[in-house]
Amino acid sequence: MNNKKSFWQKVKSWPLLLPVVCLLLVMAVNIIYDASIGNNPFSFFKITLQTTTGNGTILYGRIIDILNRGSEAAILALGMTLVVSSSAGTDISVGSVMSLSASVCCMLLAGYGVTSTSELAVPLVVGLLGALLIGCLCGAFNGFLVAHLKIQPMVATLILFTAARAIGLLVCNDMIVYVRNDSFGFFGSFLGPIPTPIIITVICVLILGTVLKKTALGTYIQSVGINPKASRIAGLNSKTIIFLTYVLCGLFAAVAGIMQSSRITSADSNNIGLYMELDAILAVALGGNSLGGGKFNLAGSIIGAYTIQAITTTLYALGVSTSQAPVYKAVIVIIIVAIQAPPVQAYFRKKSAAKNAVKEVA
Amino acid sequence: MKKKLLGVLLAATMAVGMLAGCGGSSDSSSETTTDDAATTTEDTATTDDSSASGDLISIGFAQVGHESDWRTASTKSCQDVFSEANGYDLSFVDCDNDSAAQLEAVRSFIEQDVDYIIIDPIVSTGWDTVLTECEDAGIPVIVIDRTIDDSDKYTSWVGSNFKTEGLAAGEWLKAYAESKGISEINYLTIAGSTGASAQIGRTEGFDEIAEANGWNKLDEQDGDFTEDGGQSIMESYCKSYEGKFNVVVCQNDNEAFGAMTAMDNAGITYGLDGDVILISFDACTAGLEQVKARKISADFECNPLAAPFVEEVIKTLEDGGTPEKEVYMEEHWFALTDAMVDFSIDGEAQTMTEVTDDVIEAQY
Repeated sequence: MNNKKSFWQKVKSWPLLLPVVCLLLVMAVNIIYDASIGNNPFSFFKITLQTTTGNGTILYGRIIDILNRGSEAAILALGMTLVVSSSAGTDISVGSVMSLSASVCCMLLAGYGVTSTSELAVPLVVGLLGALLIGCLCGAFNGFLVAHLKIQPMVATLILFTAARAIGLLVCNDMIVYVRNDSFGFFGSFLGPIPTPIIITVICVLILGTVLKKTALGTYIQSVGINPKASRIAGLNSKTIIFLTYVLCGLFAAVAGIMQSSRITSADSNNIGLYMELDAILAVALGGNSLGGGKFNLAGSIIGAYTIQAITTTLYALGVSTSQAPVYKAVIVIIIVAIQAPPVQAYFRKKSAAKNAVKEVA
Repeated sequence: MKKKLLGVLLAATMAVGMLAGCGGSSDSSSETTTDDAATTTEDTATTDDSSASGDLISIGFAQVGHESDWRTASTKSCQDVFSEANGYDLSFVDCDNDSAAQLEAVRSFIEQDVDYIIIDPIVSTGWDTVLTECEDAGIPVIVIDRTIDDSDKYTSWVGSNFKTEGLAAGEWLKAYAESKGISEINYLTIAGSTGASAQIGRTEGFDEIAEANGWNKLDEQDGDFTEDGGQSIMESYCKSYEGKFNVVVCQNDNEAFGAMTAMDNAGITYGLDGDVILISFDACTAGLEQVKARKISADFECNPLAAPFVEEVIKTLEDGGTPEKEVYMEEHWFALTDAMVDFSIDGEAQTMTEVTDDVIEAQY
């Protein structure tokens, strides 16, 4: 009896409880839908092996789609979480930086001015490093403005939000650059039966998670976010830490950019990463993180990112017209955010406390 | 304070440095484009003053932006046709998809007193005032590509008939299916951006033929004219309609490329040698290459080269004639010989163009 109660208390105080419940709720919609139209209720969750044309045998199913398509948002959410935590602001340039990195990568691989090629002009690694470098540079630029010039994060990152995509177009000579090469396409296709984006995401999460856990960086970032002045007095270099989070955010944006352009083996500067910054910010919020900075929960943000993708995939599966999908998406997001809002939480706590009190009296 | 100032300076240098770094590698052609993009009202005014004295025909062209290969081809077509060598003086303004900037550009053309104004309207409404101003100034306005809905104070409109493209695709499919002995057609549409005139026209045209022939439309979703959009929609279609479809209609080539990847990954074969007939629109170079590779069954052109047709209109006006209000551009329907079938639209027989290396080379 006692044991059971402590288990429930543990569950209740688990910080990821609400994000996980929300994700499961979204998925549950599919069970109800499939059951109502007479399909196998769990067909949404079915994962099979599928023989493909050109990629061997792959894992195939809607859940795989969610994990695969949600990769970019999950990777962006990693960087965004750090930025939000350290500077109590958001980096709205990530989508544009994705586009710029992708453009630089494809421009290097195809050679300047070439619009379509299947041969790489430079070794693959040069293109990738170029893109990652550009991502870091953009992050450093943002970080410099925020940490050293004390410009509000949204204003500071607004510069690259507008400029980066345009620079990308300039780099690509205003064209879509096609790099129809399998070695470049690898980052958007499959490694064995598993989609490469999923593997890249896992690697990113593992590396960042280890660094945050094994070093004091995570604690530093949180303490700077909670009180930069006190952290400085305690001996932390707040500026460097904030700067570093922006660089990391830019780096992750570049990874996501390479991934998305690899999926389509081209640099579509106008569309890569379009509105992705909103998904990344939303992922952080859905993960139960405060956008006011300070304490953060990386796992929450990642779950948030996959929740967003789960909503999209679900709407596809339900056959909701894509032009109306944003409405349903908005409704679901409002519900999720409202459940997690402090006043609502306080209300539920009060109610359960009252119930307990009644029990005790009885 | 001093430190702050230094910081601002540093930031400025960094920004300039980044731009310069990217611009440094560009060749002269891209520099002209960037100059064009940056061209403000004042700039165009000065360029015009310097050449207005000659007997060149001065033309102001307010272009939408530079968002796709198609658009770039459209811009290039105008710049080629209305060159100084051909007796024209072209003031080109790239409006970067900003409708306010476009109105501004047209007003600056009026101030410069150009002979003709060409507009590819970013939005279809809100034009009456500025077109009245053009009329008062006695400058004929030629609208290309997109349409103006709330005013008829322009001389001519030159563009594609998207509905005809849709009808052509439908009639072609009917003839092709008959020749292959396919009796039942279940099709999926990956549409362009909902509400775009190309999406409306192509859907309307194709669905009209589909309804007349009792084809089954399984679904239509918006792929936003992008490869990523086409890929994720097709990925979902492959699961929702597994084994139920035999035709996929993509409303532009980029969506078709995405759909191809998704079908590859679902193990579905398509094109001339596959189970699924893949139809695409636009027929850009990359699209025709896929037609040649037998992946896209047929590709229906949307001609971006409006300039020669605009020149016809201008010549008519110069000779004192009245051009037609709506000028439809000639368009081609592309396929390989195996898929070249005879069909007609509203009783008018159509000819198809075979895709060869020369045709691909000549395409935009």
